[in-house]
Amino acid sequence: MTSPLLTARGLAKNYGPRAACADVSLDLYEGEVLAIVGESGSGKSTLLGLLATETSPDAGEVHYRFRDDEVRDLLTLGEAERRLLMRTDWGFIRQDATQGLRMPVSAGGNVGERLMAVGARHYGNIRATAEDWLARVEIDPGRIDDSPKTFSGGMRQRLQIARNLVTQPRLVFMDEPTSGLDVSVQARLLDLIRTLVAELGLAVVIVTHDLAVARLLSHRMMVMKGGRVIETGLTDQVLDDPREPYTQLLVSSVLAA
Amino acid sequence: MNEHAQATGYNFAYLDEQTKRMIRRAILKGIAIPGYQVPFASREMPMPYGWGTGGVQVTAAILGPDDVLKVIDQGSDDTTNAVSIRKFFARTAGVATTTKTVEATVIQTRHRVPETALRSDQVLVYQVPIPEPLRYLEPRETETRKLHALGEYGLMHVKLYEDIARHGHVATTYAYPVEVAGRYVMDPSPVPKFDNPKIDDCEALQLFGAGREKRIYAVPPHTKVRSLDFEDHPFRVQTFKDPCALCAAEGVYLDEVVLDDRGGRMFVCSDTDYCEERREAGHRGHLAGDDPLSPVGRGRVAEGDRVREEHKSDSASPSPRPSPHRGEGEEALP
Amino acid sequence: MQPLIKLNGVSKAFTLHLRGGMKLDVVDDVGFEVMPGECVVLGGPSGSGKSSLLKIVYGNYRCDHGSVLVRDGDDYVDVATAEPRRMIALRRDVMGYVSQFLRVIPRVSTIDVVASAGRDSGLSPEVAQARAGELLSRLNVPERLWDLPPATFSGGEQQRVNIARGFIADLPVLLLDEPTASLDATNRAVVVELIEARKKAGTAIIGIFHDEDVRDRVASRVVDVTRFAAKAA
Repeated sequence: MTSPLLTARGLAKNYGPRAACADVSLDLYEGEVLAIVGESGSGKSTLLGLLATETSPDAGEVHYRFRDDEVRDLLTLGEAERRLLMRTDWGFIRQDATQGLRMPVSAGGNVGERLMAVGARHYGNIRATAEDWLARVEIDPGRIDDSPKTFSGGMRQRLQIARNLVTQPRLVFMDEPTSGLDVSVQARLLDLIRTLVAELGLAVVIVTHDLAVARLLSHRMMVMKGGRVIETGLTDQVLDDPREPYTQLLVSSVLAA
Repeated sequence: MNEHAQATGYNFAYLDEQTKRMIRRAILKGIAIPGYQVPFASREMPMPYGWGTGGVQVTAAILGPDDVLKVIDQGSDDTTNAVSIRKFFARTAGVATTTKTVEATVIQTRHRVPETALRSDQVLVYQVPIPEPLRYLEPRETETRKLHALGEYGLMHVKLYEDIARHGHVATTYAYPVEVAGRYVMDPSPVPKFDNPKIDDCEALQLFGAGREKRIYAVPPHTKVRSLDFEDHPFRVQTFKDPCALCAAEGVYLDEVVLDDRGGRMFVCSDTDYCEERREAGHRGHLAGDDPLSPVGRGRVAEGDRVREEHKSDSASPSPRPSPHRGEGEEALP
Repeated sequence: MQPLIKLNGVSKAFTLHLRGGMKLDVVDDVGFEVMPGECVVLGGPSGSGKSSLLKIVYGNYRCDHGSVLVRDGDDYVDVATAEPRRMIALRRDVMGYVSQFLRVIPRVSTIDVVASAGRDSGLSPEVAQARAGELLSRLNVPERLWDLPPATFSGGEQQRVNIARGFIADLPVLLLDEPTASLDATNRAVVVELIEARKKAGTAIIGIFHDEDVRDRVASRVVDVTRFAAKAA
C-alpha cells in the first residue's frame, strides 16, 4: 500500500493559555475525504490552518508526499516552495468567497491566475481552460468576463472551486464551504463537490459544523472538542454509532443528519 | 562647497552631503540589483509631490559641477515643470542646462524617453509616481514585497489578461510592466509603451526615483528589459498613420496639437528637441513653412494649446496618466 | 473452500450517555460463517438485534468484542479493527449493503444514482450505465423516471432504486436488510430472482427478510439471533 499523502503528528497550537489545538495526529491518503466536525471554538479551523501550513504549530509535524513521491516536512519548507505547493498541488476553498477570490478580477482571470502563476503565457489557451472549468462548475462560460461581484453566493463558491482545481491539485482544504448559502444552493454545491472529488480522486480535508455535509461528502470523520480529537472513524459509523458522550449529543442535536 | 552654493546659501544641488550619500547608496544598490525597488529616506523638497521630487533627489545626488542638465516633461523642455526643475538646479548647483539631448550628461524626464539614442556618458533620471507594478491587483505592500522576493509574477499577467478580456488587446499603453534582467518586474514609470524598447539594452544608465513612495530603482547600461506579454498577444508599440506634421519624422511618438477652434489639428513629435534638430537639418512636414523658425515651425507657439490633460491638472492634482493619444494607428512589433 | 464471512465472539452494547450512561445490550458472543453461494438469513423477532448485527458486519456499527472477518481475495479483513481506509476499500471492492431506505443525493438522476454505485465498484461507465438500465427495467421503475432524482419517488420506487444500486456490482459479499419490505408480489419475485442469481454466482449473502415466503425461497439456512441475546447480568 502507498504511504499517506498528508501526515500530521502531535500538532498543537495555543492562543495564550487556551489550547486551540492539542496533540492531533492523522494520516490522509489520496482520494480520501476527511471531515473535521465540532462546534465553533472546537479547534477545527485552527487544525485546518495548521495542516495547510497557514498557521505554524507550537508543537508537532506535518509531512506531505510530493508528486515525485518524496515525503517532506512542511515546516522546514522554504517560503517559495510552500507557496508553490499551495497554488499547484493544493487548493483551499474558503467560507468567505471574497477571501478566496480576487474580487476586482473577472471570473476568467480568477480561474486563469494559477495557470499564469505557473508560467502559462498563451492567452487563448488560458481562456479556453477557464471556460472549460467554468462549465465544469456549472457557470455559464458566457460570464467569463464578468466580475465575481455580480455573482450570487453559490456561484462565487463554484468559481472558487474552479479557481482552485484548475491546476489539478491532489489535496484540497475546505473551510465550511456551504455555510451561509440557501438550502437548495447548498445541495447543488455539495453535489458538485461530491462529483468533482470522486472524478478527480481528490484528497480533501473539510471543516464543517454541519453533520449532513460531513455525511454526504466524507469517508471518515474526526470529532473535535476543546482543541482535542475525541472520536474518529468511518463517517457513517461515527454518525450512526457515536461512542463519546459529546458526539452522541452532537448527533442527537441535529434533525436527521 | 563651491562658489555657487556660497552665493545662494544652499549646499550644492540643494541637498546636504549626508542625504546625497544616502541616496547614492540607494542608487548603487539599485544598480547592483536591476529593477529592485530600494527604499530610501525621501526628503521634503521645495516643490509638491507629483512634481518630480523623486527624480529631483536622484538628480541632486548624481549631479556634479561639470554636468549639463536637460529636463523634459512629456518630451518637451518648455513646460512649467521642466522649466522649474532646470532653474532649480541652475540656481542651487550652478550647472549648465540645455534642451539638446546630445549635449546633456544628465536628463531628468517625466513620461518620455528621448527619441535620440542615448550614450554611455549620459544618465536618464525618471520621475516615478507609483513604483509598484503589482499594486493594481495586490494593494498589500507586505504581499507585493513577498511576490517580488519570490519572483511570483503571475499576477502581472492577470492584469494583462484582464486587459485583453476587456478590450480585445492589451490596453495598457503607459507604465507597461517590464521584466528586468530576467528577474524583477518593474514599472518603467508612465512612459508610453512606445518607449519600452528604448529602455532595453540602453547605452545610458537609467535611474528611477519615486519621492512620495520613497523608492529608487535602476536599469544599468545594456540590461535586458523585456515587456511582458502573451505568446498569442505579443508586445506591440503604437505606430502613427502619418509622419510628424512639422519634421516629417516617422517611427517616433507623436502628440496631437489643436490649431484653431474649428477642429484643426496636427500630429507633431512629442520630443520637441528631436523635432527641432530635424527641421534645422532641413526636414519638412506638410504643415511646416519654408522658414524653419516660422510660427508653427518652432513648435512652441502651439505649446499652450497642447492637449495634455495632466498639464492642465498639474497644478491641482498631478496625474500620472497621459491622456489618450488620438491618431494612433495599428500597433506594431517593436 | 474458504468462508467469505466469519463471525467469532461478536458482542455489542450501546451506552447511551444522554440517558445517564444507560447500557443497552444488543448481541453477545455471535459466531457463524457464510460460504460462497450461501444465503444466511437472520431470524428472530424484531428487536432481537438482526439489523444491528448486519450493521456490525458492514462496519456501520462498532463491534465491542470479537472479530468480523470478511475475505478480500486471499486475506481476511477484521471489520472490528480495520482502519477506516481499509473499510472503505472493502466496501468498494467486496461488500455491498442494501437497506430499506435510499439515502437520496440531491440532484442526481435515478439512472446515475444506480450507475455510480457500479462505477464506484470498478465497472466501466458504459457497463454501469447499461446494467443500471437493465436493473431498473427489471424492477419495473418506469423509464420516464430515470432522468429524475429519486427524491420525490414513492417509498416503494425509492426502495427499488436502492435494490438496483445494491445489485449492480458483482461484489462477493452482500448484506440485505429487508430489501423486500414494502414491495408488491411482482417486485418481490424479481428480488428473489436477483438473489438466486447472485447465489449461483458465488456471492455470500446475509439477509433479513420479514416476508416468510421470500425467506423460505432464498435461505440456505437460518441463524436464529435470539440465541445470541445478551445473558442477563
